[in-house]
Amino acid sequence: MTVMNPALTLATTRRILTQLRHDHRTLALMIIMPSVLLALLRYVFNDEQTFSRAAPALLAVFPFAIMFIVTSITTLRERTTATLERLMTLPLAKLDLLFGYAIAFGLIAVAQVTVATVLSVTWLGLDITGSVWLLGAIAVLDALLGTALGLFASAFARTEFQAVQFMPAFVMPQVLLCGLFAPRDEMATVLNWISDVMPLSYAVDALTQVTHSSDVDGTLVKNLLIVAGCALAALVLGAATLRRRTP
Amino acid sequence: MANSAVVVNDLRVQRGGRDVLKGISFEIERGAVTGLLGPSGCGKTTLMRSLVGVQLVAGGEVTVLGKPAGHKHLRSRIGYATQNPAVYPDITVTEALTYFASVLRAPAGDVERVIDEVDLTSHADAIIGQLSGGQLSRANLAVALLGRPELLILDEPTVGLDPVLRDELWKLFTDLAQRGVTLLVSSHVMDEATRCDHLLLLREGELLASQSPAALREHTGEADLERAFLRLIKDTVS
Repeated sequence: MTVMNPALTLATTRRILTQLRHDHRTLALMIIMPSVLLALLRYVFNDEQTFSRAAPALLAVFPFAIMFIVTSITTLRERTTATLERLMTLPLAKLDLLFGYAIAFGLIAVAQVTVATVLSVTWLGLDITGSVWLLGAIAVLDALLGTALGLFASAFARTEFQAVQFMPAFVMPQVLLCGLFAPRDEMATVLNWISDVMPLSYAVDALTQVTHSSDVDGTLVKNLLIVAGCALAALVLGAATLRRRTP
Repeated sequence: MANSAVVVNDLRVQRGGRDVLKGISFEIERGAVTGLLGPSGCGKTTLMRSLVGVQLVAGGEVTVLGKPAGHKHLRSRIGYATQNPAVYPDITVTEALTYFASVLRAPAGDVERVIDEVDLTSHADAIIGQLSGGQLSRANLAVALLGRPELLILDEPTVGLDPVLRDELWKLFTDLAQRGVTLLVSSHVMDEATRCDHLLLLREGELLASQSPAALREHTGEADLERAFLRLIKDTVS
């Protein structure tokens, strides 16, 4: 059994990007939305220091949430329009499809995060101690995590209404518990445990660390490996939920 | 029969606790057009899905091109067109076909060939979502023709098409069969039955007949196939 074929994965990526290219409005919204929200936040605080404290975490949260919604709806559309069933009759591996999606939305995430990071550092006054490149790379990884979880979650949605509801169900608890609103180690024990099993917590930890220090230490690497591992696990589990034979 | 493209033995399918196919058996001859006829809801689509290997079955054996249905080696040898068009509505005809062609590793030029075969050349660069119903079902059919599959399973491919176009598509089907391709074409229009080499008549999950149009006429004593079908139903009920 061939698990994957790079040529077919990339053909899938190309097809998804072609779909997005025809949909200018979605593409524009995906790329500029996190930047608009960050700019809004900057003027809500009206203070560069407060903004600098909150912005890195949000650089993880906004792309994560947006990618989650977009991916879960797009893949659900593939299910409901029967193109998924057609693909399951063709010599395409399930991982080709999922990685095709991950690569396509990963590329969009690079554009999205680049715009948001450049805007934050140059105009909004985000002041970070660590590398801007690393900050950007981590934010892209977070967007990929959102994509992977969105692909996985869409397997459990029968309608687009349900898929939209998964955004509060999958994403909001992670946002509330990731350390953005209150430091994770100051939360009640149970909440702390819950935040320990949520991948976004590690993403925000990594971004906060890059903001405060230029060291790339074991903790940072561990946090990034956890985020990447969760994204990969979500993709593989997503493939496991795809069935060639259905009732 | 060694010459059969499809051998189905006692196929049973249940959906939602209901028996959709109640143990049917038949064979499909290679290089011929077999018509699958019956009223809406009789199990035609379920039967086709079982042959393609995407239907969970409750029992029986389905052998397609010498392999169990759903075998991975069959995926590039069968062309399947669903009744509801399964093509991406937000891209052009050429873009969608190019994607499916690369999945099938179909040779270059195949996209242009199939677009021409379904007579969509004038709309090759149109967005699929903006096509008319008939054009959409032809785009859907074009995907099934990619890579020159040995077996074509087409679920109501001519619904909503104007008579001229329907005639052209049936000519294409007969032409493909002459080149050795095996076709299973479902329809609920009896006048299309006359153009098939062989007929499978399905009603309420049971196979009423598996014979050539001529044999069916002779067997029922009716010249008109629609009436022949009615006669079969009456004979089965009584």
